[in-house]
Amino acid sequence: MELHELTLKEQLEGLKSSSFTSVELTEHYLKRIKKIDPEINSYITITEDLALSQAKEADTRYNNKNPLDLDGIPIAHKDIFCTENILTTCGSKMLSDFIAPYSSTVVSKFIEKGTVMLGKTNMDEFAMGSSNETSYFGAVKNPWNKEYVPGGSSGGSAACVAAGLAPAATATDTGGSIRQPAALCGLTGIKPTYGRVSRYGMIAFASSLDQGGVLTRSAEDAAILMNVMSGYDPKDSTSLNVEVPDFSQEIGKPISGLKIGIPIELFEQDMPDYVRKNTNEAIDIFKELGAEIKEISFPNIDLSLPVYYVLAPAECSANLSRYDGVRYGYRCEDPKDIEDLYMRTREEGFGSEVKRRILIGTYALSAGFYDAYYLKAQKCRQLIANDFSEAFNSVDVILSPTTPGTSFKAGEKTNDPIEMYLQDIFTIPANLAGLPGISFPCGNHKDLPLGLQLVGNSLEEGKLLMAAHHFQQTTNWHKDMPKV
Amino acid sequence: MDSNNSNWEAVIGLEIHVQLSTKSKLFSGASTDFGALPNTQACNIDLAMPGVLPVLNEEVLKMAVKLGIALNANINSPTSFARKNYFYPDSPKGYQISQMDKPIVEDGYLDIELEDETVKRIGITRAHLEEDAGKSLHEDFEGQSGIDLNRAGTPLIEIVSEPEISTPAEAVAYLKSIHSIIRYLDISDGNMAEGSMRCDANVSVRKKGTTELGTRTETKNVNSFRFVEKAIQYEINRQINEIESGKKITQETRLYDSQANTTRPMRSKEYANDYRYFPEPDLLPVILEKEFLKFVEESMPELPNEKRYRFKKNYELNDYDAKLLAADKELADFFEEVVKKSNSPKLSANWVMGEFLAELNKNNLSTKESKVSAKQLGTLIARIEDSTISGKIAKDVFEKMWSSSKGADEIIKEEGLQQVTDLSEIVSMVEKVINDNPDQHKKFLSGKDRLFGFFVGQVMKESKGKANPNQVNEVLKDKLKK
Repeated sequence: MELHELTLKEQLEGLKSSSFTSVELTEHYLKRIKKIDPEINSYITITEDLALSQAKEADTRYNNKNPLDLDGIPIAHKDIFCTENILTTCGSKMLSDFIAPYSSTVVSKFIEKGTVMLGKTNMDEFAMGSSNETSYFGAVKNPWNKEYVPGGSSGGSAACVAAGLAPAATATDTGGSIRQPAALCGLTGIKPTYGRVSRYGMIAFASSLDQGGVLTRSAEDAAILMNVMSGYDPKDSTSLNVEVPDFSQEIGKPISGLKIGIPIELFEQDMPDYVRKNTNEAIDIFKELGAEIKEISFPNIDLSLPVYYVLAPAECSANLSRYDGVRYGYRCEDPKDIEDLYMRTREEGFGSEVKRRILIGTYALSAGFYDAYYLKAQKCRQLIANDFSEAFNSVDVILSPTTPGTSFKAGEKTNDPIEMYLQDIFTIPANLAGLPGISFPCGNHKDLPLGLQLVGNSLEEGKLLMAAHHFQQTTNWHKDMPKV
Repeated sequence: MDSNNSNWEAVIGLEIHVQLSTKSKLFSGASTDFGALPNTQACNIDLAMPGVLPVLNEEVLKMAVKLGIALNANINSPTSFARKNYFYPDSPKGYQISQMDKPIVEDGYLDIELEDETVKRIGITRAHLEEDAGKSLHEDFEGQSGIDLNRAGTPLIEIVSEPEISTPAEAVAYLKSIHSIIRYLDISDGNMAEGSMRCDANVSVRKKGTTELGTRTETKNVNSFRFVEKAIQYEINRQINEIESGKKITQETRLYDSQANTTRPMRSKEYANDYRYFPEPDLLPVILEKEFLKFVEESMPELPNEKRYRFKKNYELNDYDAKLLAADKELADFFEEVVKKSNSPKLSANWVMGEFLAELNKNNLSTKESKVSAKQLGTLIARIEDSTISGKIAKDVFEKMWSSSKGADEIIKEEGLQQVTDLSEIVSMVEKVINDNPDQHKKFLSGKDRLFGFFVGQVMKESKGKANPNQVNEVLKDKLKK
């Protein structure tokens, strides 16, 4: 078995038992990246020198018998997390030369635990997209079939883990950007409760929806990384000042008696037969594991997509105002005056999907439209949150497919934004309600992976990881790796 | 112009921006000191680097609540922040974090006293927290603009009055009253020249007797009490002239030019904005706990009006003196220190508002920068009270104290200024003066009573001003009759 075929947990055991060194592990990945990534395009920046020096330091600590918690484990970071003195582009021409002057809390936490940074992963521009085709640095390919998309916006993180170019990667999820690529690339991806993971240094798309998480090859690996990422950060006023459980302990808890809710409205939607069949098979597996299945109702679920496409663009229209060519980032050539500087910098520096969303958001917040769009969307958002609260009175987690189908071909949906937006129809409600969600592999169709989603009550990531872990004890889909 | 103005009345509302005197900024840890080199006090948050987040400086909450209590207003809890969107180079995020729906202070009032001593109540619509912008420096760079973001993120509280002010004089009285309160609360230095207190005036005019509001203009950049009065007066006259010559008032933002004493419209793109306010998602609504509000209420200092009434009651000062002293907290504190030493409130009040203020003004100093301490001045006044020196000598002593930093007693001793109260000495001086001026004495005896003053003057001169004036009077009355 090659090193990249081991899970992160197995690699950590290997490092601890001196079966191999961090330098060997790191070099193995760097070699694979050089060989395989030119075709996949999952990395924007490869931090080879940094990775090797971090690996050496980790090996020294192992030799001195005082290793850190995750010492020597290679990891990739989505290029939305600021990394001090390292290019941080957010997938945009606007930040194509931006060297961050500081590190995000998430990256700092991983560095403190001894992880090795392999590089920064490709993503949809400013995390806006579901196919990783809007990146200024080129589209990312799905390692399962390079004609297909890896999903987005964390498409680079998903593709690199699926292709064995990193054992795990950080990611972010505003409307499904962790879970949808996890599903399309056959990975485990968790979006924690809003406020569980600090947003400081994570470049904002829609502040009230954005949440950092991870893409891994198992629920066990996700639990290990969640232990690192989670926790209160005084630099993020929306981060939750609550105790963080040991997720590696949580996953070992028994599953029997877990009440799983099935939203009847979701299954009334149009979906391909293979998705319906596959989901039902997953439900049967949970039944065999001892979980109870209950039908629940989600009367306002249809509001999710329209609500999201008012609120997320509204917030993004303000969040992206700082990219004006004045202090950092892209600046147009020879501006005539300040107006010209703003207009041409933003015209040239942003891609079309980003501009589309800025325009939608600006419109929704404009005088005369605010009540009809933004305010109404906020009210509907509350209705959706209420549906969840109601549901969690009778169930522990809510099950659905992660996406309406397997991956799709590159270019297939790029000219139809609405069709693209429908990718996130099952994932968006959890963001609107600030709830944790997980996606994990539950089968495949025509050699492309399929994902199952569980959404939990606030701060109950432990239950999601536990359920996914038990599922992965009796199934093998998460162990499948594409041939690259 | 005043003759035709009598048919018109003005409707004025003020928006006062007050910089809160916190050590660090509203949403970052950078320093707020004034006068540092450009961009040396702007951190990643102030520069709006990608990924940064605001964290509320909780010091401002106490300051805002104190102001709310002083303005007899409601304190909103929860109070929440909003984004005000506009592009300008000195606004690094492209939006300003301000407050919209739930300002921390709402619905209060302030009683102001006018020159004829009538009291007028001015409603306070709201006072909200917001961050200041940076500064654009247009002069220093040919064909380009410099941006200094040191001021970006400095906490401001904007106090918005109801349009219930009717004259420029009322506007100044209101502004002075707010200034006095913020100084008393110690929440701002209120320095208008440095921009820590800035005033925008909303002005419209209408025919007397009508109730409909005219179109208003907003005049910005008025940075002294005097300019507020002049700018508003200019704007009232301008609007009346425009309307009377058949033109319409445009709703616009105007800049006051203090050198020309005129207002002129700002370029349209500087104000034609739809700010697209929406709740700030990076900050949760702030809940002000009951215990916190109680704590602030109990720690409220005495306010100008309360002090004024206490001065009248405890020190038996007249209303004018009490009001004048109480208007300036530093001066009032100085006065009370003086009284502690002098034990004579009335004389102390005269000295503080007279000689002392005159000397400060002459040297362009603040009370804090005075060369004579309150204790020293109190001792000097005590020496007048106990007849060691006369009031006239005291003025000379005060000047010497100012320039030498020596105490009153030291100067009196060194210069031998102690008053002569030995009766025999005074008698001999009086006799000498009468003997030296036989003609005047004759005239006095023949009925020229006014010459009494001449003799007093001569005796005082003879004593080099040190003779006790009361004793001199008594002895002269007696000796001149003979």
